[in-house]
Amino acid sequence: MNNTPADGKIIRHAVLLDSDACKGCTNCIKHCPVEAIRVRKGKASITADRCIDCGVCIRVCPHKAKKADSDPLSAIDCWDYVIALPAPALYAQFAAGIPVDSIMDALLTLGFDEVYEVAEAAEIVAAATRSLLARPDRVRPLLSASCPAVARLVQVRFPSLLDHLAPVLAPMELAARLAKERARAAGIQGRIGAIFLTPCPAKVTAYRSPLGHAHSEVDAAIAIKDLYLPLLGALQRQTREGEISAQPATQSPAAAPPAADSLPAGSSQSPASVSPAASSTHTSAPHAALRAGAAGVAWARSEGESDGLAAYSAIAVDGIDRVSALLEEMENGVLADVDFIEALACPGGCIGGPLTLANPALARTRVRSRERERGVRTGSQASPRIGTGPELFWTEDLEARPSLRLHSDFRTAGAMLEELEAIAASLPGLDCGSCGAPSCRALAEDIVRGMAAKNDCIFILRERLRGLTRELLELETIEPPSLDKPAPLQPASDTRPKETNP
Amino acid sequence: MKYRYEVSGDDFSLAGRASSEMKKILRSLGASSAVIKRVAVVMYEAEINMVIHAGGGVAEVEIGTDSVSMVMRDEGPGIPNLDLAMTEGWSTAPEWVRELGFGAGMGLSNMKRNADELTIESVVGKGTTVRMRVDFPAEGLQA
Repeated sequence: MNNTPADGKIIRHAVLLDSDACKGCTNCIKHCPVEAIRVRKGKASITADRCIDCGVCIRVCPHKAKKADSDPLSAIDCWDYVIALPAPALYAQFAAGIPVDSIMDALLTLGFDEVYEVAEAAEIVAAATRSLLARPDRVRPLLSASCPAVARLVQVRFPSLLDHLAPVLAPMELAARLAKERARAAGIQGRIGAIFLTPCPAKVTAYRSPLGHAHSEVDAAIAIKDLYLPLLGALQRQTREGEISAQPATQSPAAAPPAADSLPAGSSQSPASVSPAASSTHTSAPHAALRAGAAGVAWARSEGESDGLAAYSAIAVDGIDRVSALLEEMENGVLADVDFIEALACPGGCIGGPLTLANPALARTRVRSRERERGVRTGSQASPRIGTGPELFWTEDLEARPSLRLHSDFRTAGAMLEELEAIAASLPGLDCGSCGAPSCRALAEDIVRGMAAKNDCIFILRERLRGLTRELLELETIEPPSLDKPAPLQPASDTRPKETNP
Repeated sequence: MKYRYEVSGDDFSLAGRASSEMKKILRSLGASSAVIKRVAVVMYEAEINMVIHAGGGVAEVEIGTDSVSMVMRDEGPGIPNLDLAMTEGWSTAPEWVRELGFGAGMGLSNMKRNADELTIESVVGKGTTVRMRVDFPAEGLQA
């Protein structure tokens, strides 16, 4: 496939194919929202030019042949001082009875020197977004760019909406900047690394090929699913130690996640009754203080971001297909009375990310419970940072990625489009995927782009074979004039000339 | 390039199909964001109007070298007072249409804002023809 980007920019994609595992089935090509995948020579092949790293193919592949090229756990050893930046979706991977403080402490035992909650940065991002919404001259609705897959979807499929994207740094990026700034202010020397704990491949791509700024302060991204087992192990060790020092064990901590009644002192109340003050006093490590409030933690789920914009007409949409449908309508100008759109590529929001483990429905309940634990924290402190702290907004405009256009010359594109329409009309319209393209129209497009042939369609091929067979049979009946006589077995009544084949 | 779409007046769920198809075509041609947006808005508005007020009709689109021209023809009741209809907020849409979020009376003025040329011919009892043109920027369609 043609992998040269139409705009000349190379994106370091984080969604990759495991060729050995790929069976060449059509599941991924059918679900890709930008029709970026084709099956060639029995294997899926991703067009880098179109891929938005949404990870839908990772989720739908029955053979687990789509992988995220996230960074390995060993990335923790690459810097002198390493800050973990947990996406709030991480908290939802563990039962509500396990306090976030414990998760933070467990991260420290895995080799991180400090934890900075991305949820805290999310609250500042929300404040920055509110400052944009307060300006009446801003184009409406403002579309959140916090989900990098949605921002890239706009670049590829909805370029006319680029000016609607809120040019605010994503929570991940802001967290890295603030965390490093804070560490340096605290006198940390040497090379500081900021590692994002990611629920999705889109954010891996977002730090390698940033959106809206040239360089990212995020140095690596480890998949939540890769971190899960080591983290669970650390939590279990922690619980065991807590029991030894505080009270006799009430159950075996090794087999199951600890129940609320066996947790370390200071967090032994039921989750709903834990007051913010009570849980913030539980800080066994100096750097694991919880600073984010409920509003920041809520960003793990759909409606979390828009809940923080209650003063405005805000809507939330999740799942890439529903996002596409809404953006399609937005392009028609029908959402003019909406101020803000939160759009998340994964079903349920970041907790539905392809690199998470917990069932999104369960994870949502857990996020809600974590929100209740937190109450309001930095929400009020976040606003004054605007204009005084580090840069909160994009320093580069996002450009369209015109990978859907047929040709860079409009006239040539027009001629190709006419040919495409004619070919599409001649195809069966079953969208069976056997040709390796997601639909008949996509095959027609591949044909005019010179990347496929009409015979790739098994129905066209069958028609041609049938025609050929008919012709062969017809030819078979013709005999040289010298031998042209009635066949011995033919009924005598049949005196028709030989060439009238039925 | 010429395209023709039948706009059904019976099925509201199909409203917006023609403008959606046109957007796809413009994307294939590499049309700039501004052109796609303006064509989408004016064509969608005209299409919805045709469905709500006129029982459907026909949309004909021609993509030329320097503009997109759209002709939306219906055989509906016609518009008795065009000037009034062009006023922002003026609406004759029935309540059920308004409940769907349409018919706020912004349609025609929205079209006027986004089209480089908009003419409406309407005969009461016979029908309405809306002609719209969206020009490409001087640098061309893809600029």
